[in-house]
Amino acid sequence: MNHQWLKFGVAALALGWMGLAVAAPDVGQAQKQAINIHAIVMFFIFVAATLGITYWAAQRTKTASDYYSAGGGITGTQNGLAIAGDYMSAATLLGLTSLTYFQGFDGYIYCICFYVGWPFIMFIMAERLRNLGKFTFADITSYRLDQRKVRTVAAIGSLTVVVFYLIAQMVGAGQLIKLLFGLEYWMAVVIVGVLMVIYVTFGGMIATTWVQIIKACLLLGGGTLVMLLAFSRFGFSLETLASQAVANSKKGIALMGPGSLLADPITAVSLSLGLMFGTAGLPHILMRFFTVPNAKEARKSVFIATLCVGFFFTVVAIMGLAAITIVGTDPQYFEGGDLAGKLRGGGNMPAMHLAHAVGGNLMLGFLSAVAFATILAVVSGLALAGASAISHDLYANVIRRGQATEAEEVRVSKRSSLFLGVLAVLLGIAFEKQNVAFMVGLAFGVAASCNFPVLILSMYWKGLTTRGAIWGSIAGLVSAVLIVVLSKAVWVTVLGNKDPLFPYEQPAIFSMPIAFFFAWLGSVTDTSAQAAQEKEAFEDQYVRAQTGFGAAGAAAH
Amino acid sequence: MSSEVYERIRRNPKFDELVSKRSSFAWTLTAVVLGLYFIFIMVVAFNPTLLAKPIWEGGVASIAWPIGAGLILLFWLLTGLYVRRANGEFDDINSEIIRGAIE
Repeated sequence: MNHQWLKFGVAALALGWMGLAVAAPDVGQAQKQAINIHAIVMFFIFVAATLGITYWAAQRTKTASDYYSAGGGITGTQNGLAIAGDYMSAATLLGLTSLTYFQGFDGYIYCICFYVGWPFIMFIMAERLRNLGKFTFADITSYRLDQRKVRTVAAIGSLTVVVFYLIAQMVGAGQLIKLLFGLEYWMAVVIVGVLMVIYVTFGGMIATTWVQIIKACLLLGGGTLVMLLAFSRFGFSLETLASQAVANSKKGIALMGPGSLLADPITAVSLSLGLMFGTAGLPHILMRFFTVPNAKEARKSVFIATLCVGFFFTVVAIMGLAAITIVGTDPQYFEGGDLAGKLRGGGNMPAMHLAHAVGGNLMLGFLSAVAFATILAVVSGLALAGASAISHDLYANVIRRGQATEAEEVRVSKRSSLFLGVLAVLLGIAFEKQNVAFMVGLAFGVAASCNFPVLILSMYWKGLTTRGAIWGSIAGLVSAVLIVVLSKAVWVTVLGNKDPLFPYEQPAIFSMPIAFFFAWLGSVTDTSAQAAQEKEAFEDQYVRAQTGFGAAGAAAH
Repeated sequence: MSSEVYERIRRNPKFDELVSKRSSFAWTLTAVVLGLYFIFIMVVAFNPTLLAKPIWEGGVASIAWPIGAGLILLFWLLTGLYVRRANGEFDDINSEIIRGAIE
């Protein structure tokens, strides 16, 4: 009973209600409680600061452009940090550290696959995205095509990605916070949902961007500090770090080279395609290109984002390697003190245990708070992207045929973010006991197969018509979802069937060519008068894409 | 109205110069990144022991780590190279074209 009240007190504190003191630590879990207080106090400071920013942002959010794209008034460096923040989720910190901890170099391969989309986005997409887009990426795909049809399928693609990604983040948040803060699962999910709706509804893109920037700095700073403290124990020598890791790991020397994770070439190539082009099709990342004033700043932001992401992945890999020796030989981090047994708190915990080992409870509390803040910032970006797809694409341009006023559009967007918040909380609770690892893969698969092909074709191929865009999007969406559902990840692990109907779990190598093929087929067989007009309109679009003349500019503040 | 301006920009020979210079630069860099990346993935998939070689004779740390870090660093430097040229040289031509078209 007393314990329950403690938890309620903690939840209330985290929500920002002052005056409720945190009760005394529970004796049975003394160590864990001591950890929790640090984490909760630091998380509370983060929440208070971000709510302050949201209040400030709300004063500055007057027009639809302020709401969706921060009035185009974010600088390249700020936006670069925000993009990196959107990309580095708690799964990056915990999952990739853990992958390196268990698999060695395979973890770093994964990092490189996640990373390589960025140079590609820089060279091929950044300036065209900025020059053609306004609020959502559907502004680009529908630029010279049928507004209502193309925006409808683009919104379906965006919302599918957003919902899968949100579920994965919500379940991750619940599990993580249950573990690190000692809160009930449902409370954690509700806290994340409520804060996300507050940021997005009141502060729009301005608040979401600043929450993301702060979190990116905290994550980079916290990760680097833990990495440096850990690496110092090996005298900053790669050879010492590696030889001790090899000596202390069950995998031994196999840590030092590519292992079983990517043993199958089709899976390896498919995964890397999905991660690379999926990045270029994530709606919340694409939206960020519209928050800067021009293509110059858009390029700068990708440059900064690429630096942050690449640096952070390297930090995470070193953390994973160091944890093998520092965490892996310390019985206090294992269930029952058994070094051969399971890690306390589960397989995703090496990063957290490492923080505790090198910096005590204070560092653990800090990194826990950062992980929570990270989830919060990522779900906010997702919610804003989803709400924009509903209000800007579906409501303003499909239902109201472009006749809605700005005020109406923003109002719908705010309601949509509330709706998405409630949906995310309900789905988060519904999926509590499910293995949701496949959902991030599914989100990337759909982004790479449904959003990316049509987006890139609309910018580069004159021949794309409305029919081609719709065929391509739907073919990509259906094939990506179908492949994941019929593969081992869902068909066997989630649905409990004996054998998978499709042998590969990574859809991109199959679903991307399918999407491109149908986009091509639908376009070349389209001989309608409308299709001819659409091809002709490519000329003006091309000039704008190249020069930025006529692009949505920065609003004066 | 703006369609007229687009037409004028299109007819400016400088526009073709801008597009061909910038595109060939961007595609060259893309080819370098994708080429190196897929070579790396192919080695991972078909010849993983190549990467497991130790850096130092008799050591344990493998060449895989510096190669991975080197790829990340190189790709970032290439994006920097692109930004440098695109935000300087190419944008100068760009604003010249736009000035010429709206006067």
